Amino acid sequence: MIEAVGLTKRYGAKTAVYNLSFQVRPGTVTGFLGPNGSGKSTTMRMILGLDAPSQGQVTIGGYPYRKLPNAPRQVGALLDAKAVHGGRHARNHLLCLAQLSGIPARRVDEVLGVVGLQEVARKRSKGFSLGMGQRLGIAAALLGDPQVLLFDEPVNGLDPEGILWVRNLMKSLAAEGRTVFVSSHLMSEMALTAEHLIVIGRGQLLADMSVTDFISTNSADFARVRTPDTDPQQREKLTAALTEAGGQVMPEQDGGLRVTGLPLPRISDLAHGADVRLWELSPHQASLEEAYMRMTQGAVDYRSTADQRAGLQQQLPPGAMPQPQLPVPGQGQPGWYAPPPPQQGGQPFAMPQGTPADANPYAAAPQPPAAAPSAAPEMTKSATDNEDAAR
Amino acid sequence: MTTPPTPQQPQAQPQQAPQAPQAPNQAAPQPQAPAQQPQQAYAHAGAPVPPGAPAMAAAPAPAAPAPPSAWQQAMSNAYTSPIPIKRTNLGHALASEWTKIKSVRSTVWTLSIFLILVIGIGLLAVANTQSDDYQDVPFTVPAFFGLMLGQICLITLGVLVTSSEYGTGMIRTTFTASPQRHRVLAAKALIFFAIAFVASAGSILLVGLMASGAHSGPEAGDIAWGGTVVKGGLYVSLLGVLALAVGSMLRHSAGAITTMLGVVLVPAILPGFLGIWESTQKLGEKMGDYNAINSLAAIFQIDGPDSSTGSSQLVLLIVITAAAVVGAFALLEKRDV
Repeated sequence: MIEAVGLTKRYGAKTAVYNLSFQVRPGTVTGFLGPNGSGKSTTMRMILGLDAPSQGQVTIGGYPYRKLPNAPRQVGALLDAKAVHGGRHARNHLLCLAQLSGIPARRVDEVLGVVGLQEVARKRSKGFSLGMGQRLGIAAALLGDPQVLLFDEPVNGLDPEGILWVRNLMKSLAAEGRTVFVSSHLMSEMALTAEHLIVIGRGQLLADMSVTDFISTNSADFARVRTPDTDPQQREKLTAALTEAGGQVMPEQDGGLRVTGLPLPRISDLAHGADVRLWELSPHQASLEEAYMRMTQGAVDYRSTADQRAGLQQQLPPGAMPQPQLPVPGQGQPGWYAPPPPQQGGQPFAMPQGTPADANPYAAAPQPPAAAPSAAPEMTKSATDNEDAAR
Repeated sequence: MTTPPTPQQPQAQPQQAPQAPQAPNQAAPQPQAPAQQPQQAYAHAGAPVPPGAPAMAAAPAPAAPAPPSAWQQAMSNAYTSPIPIKRTNLGHALASEWTKIKSVRSTVWTLSIFLILVIGIGLLAVANTQSDDYQDVPFTVPAFFGLMLGQICLITLGVLVTSSEYGTGMIRTTFTASPQRHRVLAAKALIFFAIAFVASAGSILLVGLMASGAHSGPEAGDIAWGGTVVKGGLYVSLLGVLALAVGSMLRHSAGAITTMLGVVLVPAILPGFLGIWESTQKLGEKMGDYNAINSLAAIFQIDGPDSSTGSSQLVLLIVITAAAVVGAFALLEKRDV
């Protein structure tokens, strides 16, 4: 059981973690999520007594970490796969940790077997791949048969077999009644492994709830509806009928409709009433990733933007218009899971304006034959309409 | 399973409900990907669910709640290791540090270069001296020439014992395994001092034995040299411990080694400048007497049997080293790793 109360960490003027209070219970895998720089690792280090909190405290089983009489027998941690002396071979690395807490040397060989590193036990860890380093770190965490386990990004660099192994390992450790606290960026992995989530952003607690609660609280589930592509009027008709019944309808890129606020049977009834055939009517449930993105949208410190490649382009003669760039899907645009109203958020599906001038090798992208109408507010809709009409 | 042992959330029931008809006997359902239950999740997330929707209405219906709590009970019992947990002490840390220091190459390299310098230069000196050269000096003097260079090796090793852990990040693993940080530093200092003293005193002794064996003629003076073995070994080992403490405080190998080279060399060079001005002449003389190289020379009684035996120089180094070690301990407890 890990218990943090009012945990705060300041580095000079920067507050890395602010007033964080949570409990990690035994018997479940608790996921620890947050964007880069949100304070996950700082929190982990404070739990392990490596960093002293500026305020508040964190205890494990009632004790601050540094007061534990034999810490590795009660808490095992993998913080950083590279936190080893590369010149020492794997077995000696584990042996010196084992000796620190009075663990016999045969246990070292045992955990080397558990993580599958017997073959390289006498190889210097400098030459280990990231995945092998993770295995060595997991071996160190398991060394003391501890009741509380902390893992910071344990599946980084592991092969698929290793990921599966770690997932099952975490679950079995939790099933034995241990407290397992795992941070990760891999949402799909977390969805499979964790049962409980603690989410932080900018050093503050955003959520502390079960995975299913988290998803249902933080995502707008919707229905996907498709009308026959051959008949655009049906689509308009259905949109009107659904909007009238109180649903929110948003067009999708491929000509489908995204409907929120109406249950599936009602949509079907309305379509039937409006005499519209449906080619698809499917529920879409948000994944953990979508729910997470939605929740942490406001708390992301480092956000990627589209690469304009302006630094590579030739200086334009004065008066010449810069050549427009094709937007690259997924770059610099907010994700589709939390779609902005069509007026905002740039030009998600817009075609470039005008014809390309002469060849800049970096900008030479295939130009679509038909330029879309240019009015920005209707961009999304007209682009999809256009697509429909072309069929 | 997503439900904690004591279900408090109102959501818990509707979530489990649709699962019950599918797998009524499943004792401990796997934690599952949300995609496996699309309908149900859609139902309670979509805002208005009219009563006329049968498939949807099934979800919040009073289906049987989660299977009773046998497995939940088992889960709420926290794990305890069957192996009893011992309290740890300094002995464990000493064993660990012994494993650490002998399992890296830097130890092998620095110590073998040290031994080659002290013994090799010592033997050369023994071979090129006559018995009457030892009339006024102890038989261990040939080791002095090697020690002047060899002390740099011990300084390097001392720094590396602490700072290499910071450089590689190993220190976080170490302090996670032993949150009693002072114990780790104490063990490092003790193990390093033992190794350095054995290596230095041993090699001085060896050179002394060679010299006394080769040149024990009647011309050689009968000067006791046992003290020079102990003091010489102590002096260079303490320099190494000072380096270890500096390495622990600076946490950076190159910075700490450079600092230590300054500590050794600057007081040997500076007196030349300080002698220029009258006001600093006295300071320059003291520096000349107490710098590392002249201190070793005093210990080995280079200036003859009547000169000082370097005890005051040794005391000064002990005081400086003790201060540095205290500083290292104080910073160790205070700083984040």
